[in-house]
Amino acid sequence: MRTVDSVINGPVYPDVPKPVFQPGPAGTHITIRGLTKYFAGWPLYEHFDLDIPKHKIVSVFGPNGCGKSTLINMIAGLIPIDSGEILFDGKERKDTRIGYVFQNYREAMFPWMRTIDNIAYPLKLEGRSKAEVDRRMEELVASFDVKFDLRRYPYELSGGQQQTASIMRALAPNPEVLFLDEPFSALDFEMTLFIREKLQEVFIQTGTTMLLVSHDLEEAVYLADQVLLLTKRPTRVAEVLRYDDPRPRTVETLSTPSFVATKKQSLEIFQREVRR
Amino acid sequence: MSTPTSTGAAPWAPPASADTASAAPRRSHWGKALPFIGPVVLFVVWDLVVRLGFIKAILLPMPGDTIATLIAGLAGGPLLVDFAVTVWRTLEAFAIAGVVGVPLGVLLGSNEKAYRSVEFLIDFFRSTPSSALIPLFLMIFGVSDVNKVAIAAFGALLIVVFNSAYGVMNARKQRVMAARVMGASRWQIFRDVLVWESLQPSFVGLRSAVSMALVIVIVAEMFIGSDSGLGHRIINSQQVMNVRDMYASILAAGALGYALNILFLMAERRIVHWSGR
Repeated sequence: MRTVDSVINGPVYPDVPKPVFQPGPAGTHITIRGLTKYFAGWPLYEHFDLDIPKHKIVSVFGPNGCGKSTLINMIAGLIPIDSGEILFDGKERKDTRIGYVFQNYREAMFPWMRTIDNIAYPLKLEGRSKAEVDRRMEELVASFDVKFDLRRYPYELSGGQQQTASIMRALAPNPEVLFLDEPFSALDFEMTLFIREKLQEVFIQTGTTMLLVSHDLEEAVYLADQVLLLTKRPTRVAEVLRYDDPRPRTVETLSTPSFVATKKQSLEIFQREVRR
Repeated sequence: MSTPTSTGAAPWAPPASADTASAAPRRSHWGKALPFIGPVVLFVVWDLVVRLGFIKAILLPMPGDTIATLIAGLAGGPLLVDFAVTVWRTLEAFAIAGVVGVPLGVLLGSNEKAYRSVEFLIDFFRSTPSSALIPLFLMIFGVSDVNKVAIAAFGALLIVVFNSAYGVMNARKQRVMAARVMGASRWQIFRDVLVWESLQPSFVGLRSAVSMALVIVIVAEMFIGSDSGLGHRIINSQQVMNVRDMYASILAAGALGYALNILFLMAERRIVHWSGR
């Protein structure tokens, strides 16, 4: 007879050493290592590694439900991660200045503030002086070539104007990284084209690292230096495609062989992943 | 028997499509008059019912007489004094409920655990008719002016707390996220987002609260030994069968409730200018 206090077949906890941090290649801005996130008991991301280059635009594209928005929300610190490490130039998220543009501008702007105060809000949070805020506002208004009245309330503006304002708000504090979660989805075609060009102009001027989630492949490729294609869940990187056409890109860019080829290749990878 | 036959015999005509075009502008012309139809019909029915003797004039005076009594009373008569007393008590009770209720509701709402721990109490007493508590308040405050205001304030307070708390708890998550991603602290999110998000539901609460305060003040004036106020006047004139005065007082109370509601709707539209947009 065994003694009562001895445990039979007790659980085994292997002593797995923490993986050594592997820095990304030179020019990496955001380093993601061993990112794990479970949703309702199922893995969405498991030991996910990714390097996001500095001064580039990366478009995130993938099947429905693979967690494109979740990925950038985790990087932006809006959704907690289960485990893993996300570093911005070696710093943590809390030491990094970021900008975020939501898909639903209506619920992202503060309707109790005038549009100009909405845009200045992140600067006021930083405790900048009135003079500094005013100077930055003038800069922004000039670089965005704003044609509408910023003293109006957001709900008095058109959708495109509101989204323009929320991009201005995200850029006001000169963020190191700009996150854009389907920024064009709620806009009509005309406004989409307009804001796409504005984003390109801002990028040419400032070189801010941008991470763009898009469900429109053409727009994803058009703006991108890299197209990040994701698999179905548990999500992995299917492929990272480079797209090197020079900026400013125009309507003509859309019919160049390199653009067409990149778009075609992205679509093939996407279809392969959806069928898998 | 003959009616269906005659309808059947009538030649069928296509629906008048030409008329609908001209009907649209006519309808908009009518639109302005629509709100007055109900009251006018009520007064006509009221007048006929008394004139034709369906209800004795001793129970229901003629509408014209009632209105005359109301106007004479409010134009410097004793009704005006009672009206003013009721307004004052209602506003006192409402002010207490608002000043205590909104901050309390916003604080409870921003700490969901705190709210859950008192939720049952709030819901229970919110569902308890406040008039049922009048005897209890009589024991605490005695037969006094304070009592009437206190019980009305209590009933109104719970409505305000409930609405403000839910306003904060149901704040648009994305606005909170937007503030957080811009680096706002918990306090800054509270000050710059949650308080503002709660304004609109708080106004709904305040509007219901002022109606509730008026109801309880009137009831309290009727039954807690009172010598002033619309409630006192209504029950007094009923006791001495001064029905004209009773109906005038009832109409005055109704006008007061209606005016307060409109006042709050207007204030809400000005202050919460983004509501519904």
